[in-house]
Amino acid sequence: MTKILRKPNLVLTTLFILLLNSSLFAKSDEGHDGAVDTKDEVGEYILHHIKDAHDFHLFSYTDSHGERKHVGFPLPVIVWSSKGLTTFMSSKFHHDDSGHQIVEANGTRFVKLHSKIYELEEGAEAISFDETHHPTNAHKVLDFSITKSVFGILLVGLLMFIWFAGLARQYKKKQIPTGFGRVLEPLVLYVRDEIARPNIGEKRYREFTGYLLTVFFFIWILNLLGLTPLGFNVTGQLAVTAALAIFTLIIYTFKGNKGYWGHMLWMPGVPYLIRPVLAIIEVAGAFLIKPFSLLVRLFANISAGHIVVMSLIAIMVTMKSEMGAVGATSLSFVLSFFITLIEVLVAFLQAYIFTMLSALFIGMAVEEHDHH
Amino acid sequence: MTVPNLVGAGLIVIGAGIGLGKIGGSAMEGIARQPEATGKIQTAMIIIAALLEGLAFGALFLGK
Repeated sequence: MTKILRKPNLVLTTLFILLLNSSLFAKSDEGHDGAVDTKDEVGEYILHHIKDAHDFHLFSYTDSHGERKHVGFPLPVIVWSSKGLTTFMSSKFHHDDSGHQIVEANGTRFVKLHSKIYELEEGAEAISFDETHHPTNAHKVLDFSITKSVFGILLVGLLMFIWFAGLARQYKKKQIPTGFGRVLEPLVLYVRDEIARPNIGEKRYREFTGYLLTVFFFIWILNLLGLTPLGFNVTGQLAVTAALAIFTLIIYTFKGNKGYWGHMLWMPGVPYLIRPVLAIIEVAGAFLIKPFSLLVRLFANISAGHIVVMSLIAIMVTMKSEMGAVGATSLSFVLSFFITLIEVLVAFLQAYIFTMLSALFIGMAVEEHDHH
Repeated sequence: MTVPNLVGAGLIVIGAGIGLGKIGGSAMEGIARQPEATGKIQTAMIIIAALLEGLAFGALFLGK
């Protein structure tokens, strides 16, 4: 037993697989049953996958009683409603996303509509909509749930802590890492020597290597996690990429030296009349355009990659009538297989580019200017 | 998506395609002339391509 516990990665993986097998939730067969047959349903399904969700959904099938079964595993829902903090498992919604499944908890009633949790007003028995399909008798609640993305972030945080704490411990004992550390060491050196050092400069690169390494591995592992069939799309969430971009913004704003601010607000060496114009452009560039381009690039690349892979998989549904089941399935398999290989490359490239541009921006803020 | 949105998206992609083609082409020429500078040229190429891509994605995202 102790020998097994010494292999935390193995334990985590096993727990994960056990979780996958343990739960199965059934839903009564009313309205939209989750089947994907037409092109519209395929589009809806893909857009649903791109968004964050309150449970992991692996697949659905219809059992011998004609009942629709959804297989996946639930995640905890934590909301701040009118009655205070309320928690329950998302399996109570039975994978319903149309607002029809009502969950009673802590004296209030909740429904889930388009991956958002709504609280029904006092006395309301069922959700009702106005003509634009907005609910009229329910309101949104503050949602602190462990959603799919939050779960992914926690999982990657834990994995990174285990991996890198182990690596650091190995360096203390002897100078050469063993086991998985041998995979990590060249990557760490790569980020330090190829990204941090040339872009930030020999003098101050050590200060920022920690942040760059964290951001690099965080984005890369989450990108790779997004390629597994579990349905993670963490780095394709605007909130996640925005938070990462804001970290970079904070670092280069507060670590910027006198030369950086001088060049931003009162550019030396140009005519005085042009300096205010340049200052406006530079300020907009530093506080809006740089972080915005960082966050949109990562978000759009990863989301677009997911949409392309899922669209190619969906060929087996959309082209079935033209090509037959076998033809459509083989075409979709070949295309999606090779696009997935490209996505593995993109996963690394986007992590590299985010880290590289962060290093570049930090380097611009801390570089020592020659005195003119 | 409406027709103007689609036309705009097409224009963005054409512009980004021309830009990426120029960057890639020049990098290829540079590497052919000076194979020993391949690493540096590739890094610079990827940075410029990423900046261009950020602009194109930003435009696509705002036009959505």
